[in-house]
Amino acid sequence: MTSSTQSGTPLIHARGLVKRFESFTAVDGIDVDVRAGEAFGFLGPNGAGKSSTMRMIGCVSPPTEGVLRILGLDPRRDGPAIRARLGVCPQLDNLDVELTVRENLTTYARFFGIPRKVARARADELLDFVQLTERAGSRVEPLSGGMKRRLTIARALVNEPDIVLLDEPTTGLDPQARHLVWERLFRLKQQGVTLVLTTHYMDEAEQLCDRLVVMDGGRIVAEGSPRSLIEQYSTREVVELRFPTEDQGAYAAKLSELADRVEVLPDRILLYVADGDAVLAEVHRRLLNPASALVRRSSLEDVFLHLTGRTLVD
Amino acid sequence: MTASAYVLEYHLVNYRRTWRSSALSTLVLPLLTMVGFGLGVGGYVTGGVDGVSYLDWMVPGLIASTAVQAAIGESTWPVLSYFEWLKVYFAQAAAPLRVADILGGHLAFMMFRVLLSVAAFLLVAALFGTLRSPWAVAVLPIAVLTGLAVAAPVTAYSASVSSDSYLAILIRFAVLPMSLFSGVFFPVESLPGPLRAVAYFLPLWHGVDLSRAATLGVAPGLDGLWQLLYLFAWCAAGWFLALRRFRRRLVV
Amino acid sequence: MLTLVLPRLLSFEGMGRRSASVAERNVAALGSAYWLVMLGGFLEPVLYLFSIGVGVGKLIGDITLPGGEVVDYATFVAPAMLAASAMSGALSETTFNFFGKMKFMRLYDGMLATPVRPIEIALGELGWAMIRGNIYSAAFLVIMVAMDLTTPARALAAFPATVLVGFAFGAAGMATATLIRSWQDFDLIGSAQFALFLFSGTFVPATAYPEVVRWLVEVTPLYRSVDLVRGITTGTVGWIQVVDVLYLLVLTALGLTVAGRRMGRLLCK
Repeated sequence: MTSSTQSGTPLIHARGLVKRFESFTAVDGIDVDVRAGEAFGFLGPNGAGKSSTMRMIGCVSPPTEGVLRILGLDPRRDGPAIRARLGVCPQLDNLDVELTVRENLTTYARFFGIPRKVARARADELLDFVQLTERAGSRVEPLSGGMKRRLTIARALVNEPDIVLLDEPTTGLDPQARHLVWERLFRLKQQGVTLVLTTHYMDEAEQLCDRLVVMDGGRIVAEGSPRSLIEQYSTREVVELRFPTEDQGAYAAKLSELADRVEVLPDRILLYVADGDAVLAEVHRRLLNPASALVRRSSLEDVFLHLTGRTLVD
Repeated sequence: MTASAYVLEYHLVNYRRTWRSSALSTLVLPLLTMVGFGLGVGGYVTGGVDGVSYLDWMVPGLIASTAVQAAIGESTWPVLSYFEWLKVYFAQAAAPLRVADILGGHLAFMMFRVLLSVAAFLLVAALFGTLRSPWAVAVLPIAVLTGLAVAAPVTAYSASVSSDSYLAILIRFAVLPMSLFSGVFFPVESLPGPLRAVAYFLPLWHGVDLSRAATLGVAPGLDGLWQLLYLFAWCAAGWFLALRRFRRRLVV
Repeated sequence: MLTLVLPRLLSFEGMGRRSASVAERNVAALGSAYWLVMLGGFLEPVLYLFSIGVGVGKLIGDITLPGGEVVDYATFVAPAMLAASAMSGALSETTFNFFGKMKFMRLYDGMLATPVRPIEIALGELGWAMIRGNIYSAAFLVIMVAMDLTTPARALAAFPATVLVGFAFGAAGMATATLIRSWQDFDLIGSAQFALFLFSGTFVPATAYPEVVRWLVEVTPLYRSVDLVRGITTGTVGWIQVVDVLYLLVLTALGLTVAGRRMGRLLCK
């Protein structure tokens, strides 16, 4: 990490961080530095250790081994002091179903020792920020998934935190709801709040993160900005070809010289190339007529699948 | 009819998994009451009640009360959760079952549970020598009838509420008073007039009175017939109420 | 007492405030239905008093206390119902409700992301249970005075005793809650609670039992609670009540120690 000296001490600093549950190792020695004001992402398939890492950073799960400093403090000793300056939006909404939308914010503010009057004012501001003012008196139960998510995010902001931790902030939301959440998170980032999020949506990582790490099996397998990761682990463009045959692989040999890398899938062939249109023209010139062809820009998804494999993980 | 047997089968299969934990509360609690109360307090009731010892007098009441407890246990939280949390009824409604099959099958299972706990209790009561007549076996059908008279309307109630707070309210404001003032622990005759009327209105007292006649071997006479019919009326009214509630929620 | 409970934790600063904020959440959550449930909680011992104390009392007549005083049955049973309801109120809030909030509502996950610590959640919930339980107890004592089952002065003296009973069972309940694995365990707790309710000198004096059973009964916490409260409301306090008080204080300290130790491990994995 060449740039860690730019803005002084990192807000989150981990070296050789390990989390073990009995015999199972969830996080297997990771090094991370998150600087003030940046949006930092943890990417990885299910079970990669993202949530365990987030819980350690949130000071609710003591690390098994390694060094962890949040805001320059030690979670083992200064848990309450650190948590006072964190905002946490967990993977599953754990809103208080016995309270109204507004009460969820005001009672939560009390856990931080915020005076009642200030808590009420801040609750109203935040409800406005996440567009829930009209539902202030409603119970939590009848809210849609997107509304609950926004309320959870508002709750994470009630103490005006220095760092906001978001564990899969838009999983399970419909497209409109996702875009609204992204837009609000982007506004927070502009206000200088440090965001740390986990996700397995590549578009989310590309939208929000300045820098990210890809985790797999409890380890960090790649790290950098979305752009640099694509450059490093993929090509600029990808050509997807589908041939009218059971055996896509038969064509692969004929195509290998055209691309940096060829990936054969059961239903199509992917060519990783610098100039997609030129390669596609060459494919046609060789009279290899694909049933369908698509040229697209390479995405973080290609990086992700390349690094963590296509096998389903549960 | 056969369709409700499939529903009953579902509940029985489920019960095979959970019977261990419920066995404790359905059998051990009434037994503790019998020993702690019948023997303990009975020792201080020197005169007995109506010419029999307090223990012998109380046991049939406790059996009827156990039937009602089992019926309540099965017709409250399970019904609510099958609608609200586990959605079991909705899954069943998606199969070729009528609403009456779904309700009938579940009520049949509730009665199975009632019968099981009452039979176990009856056996222990016999070992303690508190049953004074072979007519005591009549307690089994009486208990099922009393259980259904409570379970059917309570099922209708559980199908109408959205939160388990309302179930806690039912238990505290209806079930507990009914259990304490329906002639299980002391004769209803010593209650003041209006309270006695309430006891006569609720199903449990009739179940207690009929069971007591059976274990003591006293002919209940024509009054007994009226009491049976009255319990049937509770069952029928409860069934139709429950069916209506189930229809409203399952057939949309 | 707190220094005894938390020898390792460094700071007590803000502990009271954070515990209070947990109880505050419970006040905010009081819905209309909840008030009815609370009313029911108060009504329960009253119903037992009328059914057993008055109804069965008519069959029993008078009863002789260990000291030789003769009282009517309702006077004998009423303090036992009071102690038992202080027990069940404290236990239900610290075991059943605690477990539901933790596992089912995942309420504490949210709280733990704030500066509130596990032990503060526990103390906040215990404090809340005590507020609730003490309202029940006070109301029941008023009824006892109205029914002439005790004198106003004795009722006043009995109140702090019921507070102590509540704390002892609340602390024990919290310790128990950290050991619960699933809902099925509540059947065990319920059965144990009911056995205590029946056999703790509540309905008949412990002298009615065979010698061995009697010794067993006399070491149970509810027996000591009943003995303490009954001693006060019937005006028959002696040295044995000092033993009761010490017993309940030890139980409180023990419960809090175990709960404090295990609560963190339970919630922060």
